[in-house]
Amino acid sequence: MADVVVEQGRLARAVSPRKKGASLRNVLGRKSTVAFFLTLPLILLITMLVLYPAFYSLYLATLNKAMTKFVGLGNFTFLFKRETFWMVVKQSCIFAITAVIFKALIGFIVAHFVHNIPGKKQRKWRGMLLVPWVIPPAMSTLAWLWLFDPSYSAFNYTLSFFGVGPIPWLGDTFWARFSVILVNVWYGAPFFLIMYLAALKSVPDQLYEAASIDGANWWQKIWHITLPMMRNIIAITTLFSLIVTFANFDIVRILTSGGPLDRTHLFATWAFQVGIQSSDIPLGACVSLFMVPILAVAAIFILRDVNKRGNEA
Amino acid sequence: MSTLAIDKAGPSRKVKLRSMSRDRTWALRWSYFFLILFAIFFLTPPVYMLITSLKSSAEISAATNPWWVFHPTLSNYVELLTSNQFLRFFWNSSMISIIVVIVTMLISIPAAFALARMKFWGSATLATGVFLTYLIPDSLLFIPLFKMLAVIQDFTGITLLNRWYVLVFIYPTLTVPFCTWIMIGYFASIPKELDEAALIDGASWLQTLTRIFIPVALPGLIAATIFAFTVSWAQFLYPLVFTTSIDQLVLPVGITTTLIKGDVFNWGQIMTGALLGAAPPLVIYAFLMDYYIAGLTAGATKG
Repeated sequence: MADVVVEQGRLARAVSPRKKGASLRNVLGRKSTVAFFLTLPLILLITMLVLYPAFYSLYLATLNKAMTKFVGLGNFTFLFKRETFWMVVKQSCIFAITAVIFKALIGFIVAHFVHNIPGKKQRKWRGMLLVPWVIPPAMSTLAWLWLFDPSYSAFNYTLSFFGVGPIPWLGDTFWARFSVILVNVWYGAPFFLIMYLAALKSVPDQLYEAASIDGANWWQKIWHITLPMMRNIIAITTLFSLIVTFANFDIVRILTSGGPLDRTHLFATWAFQVGIQSSDIPLGACVSLFMVPILAVAAIFILRDVNKRGNEA
Repeated sequence: MSTLAIDKAGPSRKVKLRSMSRDRTWALRWSYFFLILFAIFFLTPPVYMLITSLKSSAEISAATNPWWVFHPTLSNYVELLTSNQFLRFFWNSSMISIIVVIVTMLISIPAAFALARMKFWGSATLATGVFLTYLIPDSLLFIPLFKMLAVIQDFTGITLLNRWYVLVFIYPTLTVPFCTWIMIGYFASIPKELDEAALIDGASWLQTLTRIFIPVALPGLIAATIFAFTVSWAQFLYPLVFTTSIDQLVLPVGITTTLIKGDVFNWGQIMTGALLGAAPPLVIYAFLMDYYIAGLTAGATKG
């Protein structure tokens, strides 16, 4: 491919060596020039609206509230002394880890059930089960907010028939955390389901047949065939979901706004409250920067897995 | 079918095979049983949205059985679809999403083409960089972006904050990396012979892209378009931070901020609004499910 282009260039030069237009056309037609212009909008977008703000955030985090004075690491040391900050760290970790584990488990289990269903019906079930992922989270969280309503909760109405007293879904620390995680699991599990279903389909049936001839039970089949075959997809999906869940904003913002008493705040929602609502931009930037280490670790692992996959293929 | 065929083989094997097929039918029954349970869990909120949207305020506050509509009414829908405010949100959301889809495609298709086919200095690094950008969440950038917009606004005098069109510049940061990434995957899977033949025939790079790559990778293009549309339609954090006036809001923000007035929750209308807001992605999903799922799985599987 490259040879063809080079030859074309040589040809043009040989025919009309002193024409200015030809050499300009030559430069414009060169592969690297074309490639540069094709990727230029992408590079501009990433540098101006992703990389620059990211570094700008680092700079902002070193200013005082009025953004007039350089305070160095003052904001960071201030945060370290605040109890709420440590609570947010703890809550973000609990939220992300619990939610991802349950999403992965439910996704894995349901993927097996869907995989069992034959042919055409499988499509219908898959289509139905992916609905939570399709609805914009801000909209579906409103439905959950209504389901959790303190006085008209449809859940409490149903539970009252089983003699379970009204549960303060969003009013009590434990239940508020539970509800927030539940909604996140509800929203994210279909993603795992689809990924695992695709992975399950790529496992050759012969492996299972051979295993059943050898007398393996279902647990041994899962442990010795399914899991090793799906390892890569499981790793990528989990790490990816960890990033998204850790940085989640919509669900907590709409469901509890961080309450009761900041007991459900995550980094994103607390950064919003501090940085935008209380207009302490440097402190807000500082809070959201604390997400970076965890995101970076997850990103490095994802990149390693993706590259590994690329090399295998 | 296979049991029937082997039935004739001999009585000793018949028993074993029957039990195996019985195992299978039981496995299927259990699968259906659990799938129904999970489907109830997954579909309760949307169904409850629909139920509530058909109720009048009087019925909602009467606290009758919440799972049933006794006096179905479309008044919530009529009220919202005739309210200028709600239509304005819908209009803003649609405009932003459509423009963002176009901008995303204009940026990511050429870039993906270059990254997939032209090995140039730094192309591998750039591809990795694109993937990494995809992993940067919106909640990390909203504060510096807000401040940036404020600074630019002060400096140039162009109003940027509290204008819906500024979102058109911001959203591509969320859509372009992923779309570029999956388009690289689709483009890379096109056999090299195809574009080499075109080049030998004298086609320019642009012609190769528009005549060969785009038609051949059309499924990937549709998947990327759907992704860009759903992401920009669902985005909540950026419009919440950057826009405040009622006429500049997009649907998710508009519903959460204007329909919830203080402590008075007009749940019938909120659920109707949420359902109408969820409708466009749901309709697209219903018709183009396979593309949707292809796009979803391509992100991690195409490397």
